[in-house]
Amino acid sequence: MSVENLILMALVVPLAGALGIGLAGRYLGPNARETVTFVTAGLLAATVWQIVPLVYNGERPGLVLAEILPGIEIAFRIEPLGMMFAALASSLWIVNSIYSVGYMRGNNERNQTRFYVMFAVSLAAAIGIAFAGNLITLFLFYEALTLATYPLVAHKGDKATVRSARIYLGVLLSTSIGLLLPAIIWTYSVAGTGDFVLGGILDGKLEGAAVGLLLGLFVFGIGKAAVMPVHRWLPAAMVAPTPVSALLHAVAVVKAGVFTVTKVIVYIFGIDFLFAEPSSSWLVYAASFTIIAASIVALRQKNLKRLLAYSTIAQLSYVVMAAAILKPLAEIGAAIHMLAHAFGKITLFFAAGAIYVAAKKTELPQLAGIGRRMPITMTAFTIGALSMIGVPPTAGFVSKWYILAGAFEADNYVALFTIIASTVLNAAYFLPIIYAVWFVKESEGGPDHGEAPWPAVLALSITAALTILFFLFNGPAIALERQVVEALS
Amino acid sequence: MNGINAHLPALQVVVPMLTAAFVVLLQPRGLAWAAATAASLMSFLIAVQLTLAVAGGATLTYAMGSWPAPYGIALEIDSFSALLLLVITGASTLALIGGKASLESQMQSDRQPYYFSAWLLALAGLCGIVVAGDAFNIFVFMEISSLASYILIAGGPDKRALPAVFKYLIMGTIGATFYLIGVGLIYMMTGTLNLHDMEVLIANVSDQRPILAAAGFITVGLALKAAVFPLHVWLPNAYTYAPHMATAFLAACATKVSLYVLLRFDFFVFQGNLDGHAFQFTAYLMPLAILGIVIGSAVALFEQNVKRLFAFSSVAQIGYIMLGASFVSILGLTAGIVHIFNHALAKGGIFLALGAFALSAKSLRIDDIAGVAKRMPWTFAAFVIAGLSLIGIPGTAGFISKWYLINAALEHGSLGIALIVVILLSSLMAVVYVWRVVEAAAFGEPATAAPIAKIQPAAFIALWTVAILNIVFGLAPDLPVSLATDASNILLGHLR
Repeated sequence: MSVENLILMALVVPLAGALGIGLAGRYLGPNARETVTFVTAGLLAATVWQIVPLVYNGERPGLVLAEILPGIEIAFRIEPLGMMFAALASSLWIVNSIYSVGYMRGNNERNQTRFYVMFAVSLAAAIGIAFAGNLITLFLFYEALTLATYPLVAHKGDKATVRSARIYLGVLLSTSIGLLLPAIIWTYSVAGTGDFVLGGILDGKLEGAAVGLLLGLFVFGIGKAAVMPVHRWLPAAMVAPTPVSALLHAVAVVKAGVFTVTKVIVYIFGIDFLFAEPSSSWLVYAASFTIIAASIVALRQKNLKRLLAYSTIAQLSYVVMAAAILKPLAEIGAAIHMLAHAFGKITLFFAAGAIYVAAKKTELPQLAGIGRRMPITMTAFTIGALSMIGVPPTAGFVSKWYILAGAFEADNYVALFTIIASTVLNAAYFLPIIYAVWFVKESEGGPDHGEAPWPAVLALSITAALTILFFLFNGPAIALERQVVEALS
Repeated sequence: MNGINAHLPALQVVVPMLTAAFVVLLQPRGLAWAAATAASLMSFLIAVQLTLAVAGGATLTYAMGSWPAPYGIALEIDSFSALLLLVITGASTLALIGGKASLESQMQSDRQPYYFSAWLLALAGLCGIVVAGDAFNIFVFMEISSLASYILIAGGPDKRALPAVFKYLIMGTIGATFYLIGVGLIYMMTGTLNLHDMEVLIANVSDQRPILAAAGFITVGLALKAAVFPLHVWLPNAYTYAPHMATAFLAACATKVSLYVLLRFDFFVFQGNLDGHAFQFTAYLMPLAILGIVIGSAVALFEQNVKRLFAFSSVAQIGYIMLGASFVSILGLTAGIVHIFNHALAKGGIFLALGAFALSAKSLRIDDIAGVAKRMPWTFAAFVIAGLSLIGIPGTAGFISKWYLINAALEHGSLGIALIVVILLSSLMAVVYVWRVVEAAAFGEPATAAPIAKIQPAAFIALWTVAILNIVFGLAPDLPVSLATDASNILLGHLR
């Protein structure tokens, strides 16, 4: 199959799958519906992984779907960053679907068909973001992702959930319409194009404070990257069922945010152009503030999922900060951290959901001694937490290594200090949990329970294994991302 | 063109007008509706033919009874008129198809033939305004359409429509009278009613006071009919209490036709000839447009009746069209004119969906439509698509207007930046008021056992046609954009 068709397939498969899931759920029942989900997820991953070797060998396949207005196209072009994002999201969708089956059935959730349908639509939007060849295409799918995830966040449908979902939608839509859209139109009007070109399209078109301002419109307009103060939607999104928090609010949606920021920095501004422009230097400070502040807020959380949400906010700003260091090694670090954090955080969310299904526990003090009852789940949780801190042999260590190297290369002491301080803070909020889980005695009178349903346990074992395996076998991923910076120099 | 095709400009008006006369006689159940729909559909097909004929910026002139202008009556069709004709006839047809079930529930069947007759007269009047090439015939058709639309609004079961329509009648008559006074003054000074003649002859007398007074009267009169802020006060109640199918039709096209006349008069006759007339746009119409956008959206934020909510949103959307036009640039006019088309799609879809909702809700207050999405999921989905288009989410028609409008504003330096802020702010307000309805419909708990009704197949088809068109013209907006671009070129061409 030609690569153009593969790109189309990657977009059409999840949408067709959504339709199939809907029909199967309506007429055939849950088992058929879940089968369609798995087939769709498998097909999507197979499609995406067929493109990977091409991109790895230096090809940059593309496709123009339509020209909306003169010079404004719906177009796709796959480069290493997007390739990695698409491969990540589509592969983890399979694992997440295994988990979803265990979680949704274990909890007897309502409206499961809508849940699986919207999940597939969200994945289609994420793939669209990953493959987008210009800003307008990216914006189209970015908004689609916001809207497709809204019913997932509001899934429960009670008053508190709807209120949180309102914050979710409100923050994401108002930042994207109020800041990102003007940034995109501004870019088109000064550069005459919004295509992603290695080295950027703004060099010589814009200078001085305007560069910093445009960067600001982009960074805060991309609310999905959750740089403070536009982070409020992420804790709000935690009202969603855990599979949503796991795949979307630890991987697809939030990574779409930092991916877009990185892509804009590398392919719209160009890192050399930004590095030479002092008005853009504020971004490192904004990101490091977010990292420290979110970590401190996380320290004070009593609810496990909210703690993970604030940890995610901090980890996302790692990517933003790494991209903002504007040095090749740091850009590799930014890309790799998207992967590394994804494996670790999805494991943590899976574990949190498994605890909820098995024991109906959501608060940290309740977790004392739970490691005895759920040894597999809590081992996975521990691995995920260690990856967040950045301890070898976990994935988090690899990306931190590259970001640190980049910070040294740029002599950026703010970034260096932030990484060290946040490592300490990460340890400060994860280690007590790990300690309590394994070594504190369980309080009397709790429910008697074992592990969560097996699909959930299987899923979190897979992602925990990935977290460790990525420490050992990260060569291909790094080689792929290195192409981005090598083509520059 | 030859044969019957040569007479299409006249048939555009004649078909609905003649059908209106005998629709009254069709008492048996459903026949009147069928005849009206057939006439409306035929008008639409004529409009499509005319659009094809003027594509690329051509102008089609038709002399009634072969009497050449300026002695006879001239009909004139260019890209601008073609776009309006598509909107009017399309809205009428889809509202007739989609609104039948809702009208059945709102009106006894023996009164319906009269209603459809009035409907066709309104359609004929609106088409007539658009095809007419002289100022007086515009007035005549304006009166026909206005009188017919008073009936359309007042014809429903809601008694509150009567005071609403009375207000509309008074204000509409004042507007029409102002327009007539203006046309009279110009006729007095130039001796012609034909717009092209006027354009030439007015140059000799452009500094005379009657001409200035005429410009004032015409602009204010038409602004009143177009519900330009602050002359919009007749609109919200009229739209709210009208039968749902009439709201879908009128909200999509009625005020825009007056805007069309306003722009045509301004650009053909006044702008090029009157000294300092450009001032009118920058100093009056632009600020009014901005106020309309902001205040219309702000009121919509707090409105409890869903139809009133979207009526106030219409006030804001008229502001968008005016704002685009008041840039007096290619991009700006294109933005305004393309928004005439796109807003009709979005708002028409919304009101069609609301008409369907009304079948399974006690009333259209926000509290009463709680949970309606569960009873009518497909209608709700179409409503959401139209709502997204109203907000201007990429991939929908509304985004195209917004894109052009913001690009047009970018040409205006720091003033433009301020305007962009206004546009974006109002888009955000649109998010809020659309989402209030979405949230209530999707997640609200119905207070009482509401009547269960399924959407009729015809309504379903009409509604989803509009919803899909919202997406089609968001991804492939070639047709409205090229018509609007040609139209702006024609309008600006008269400025020399």
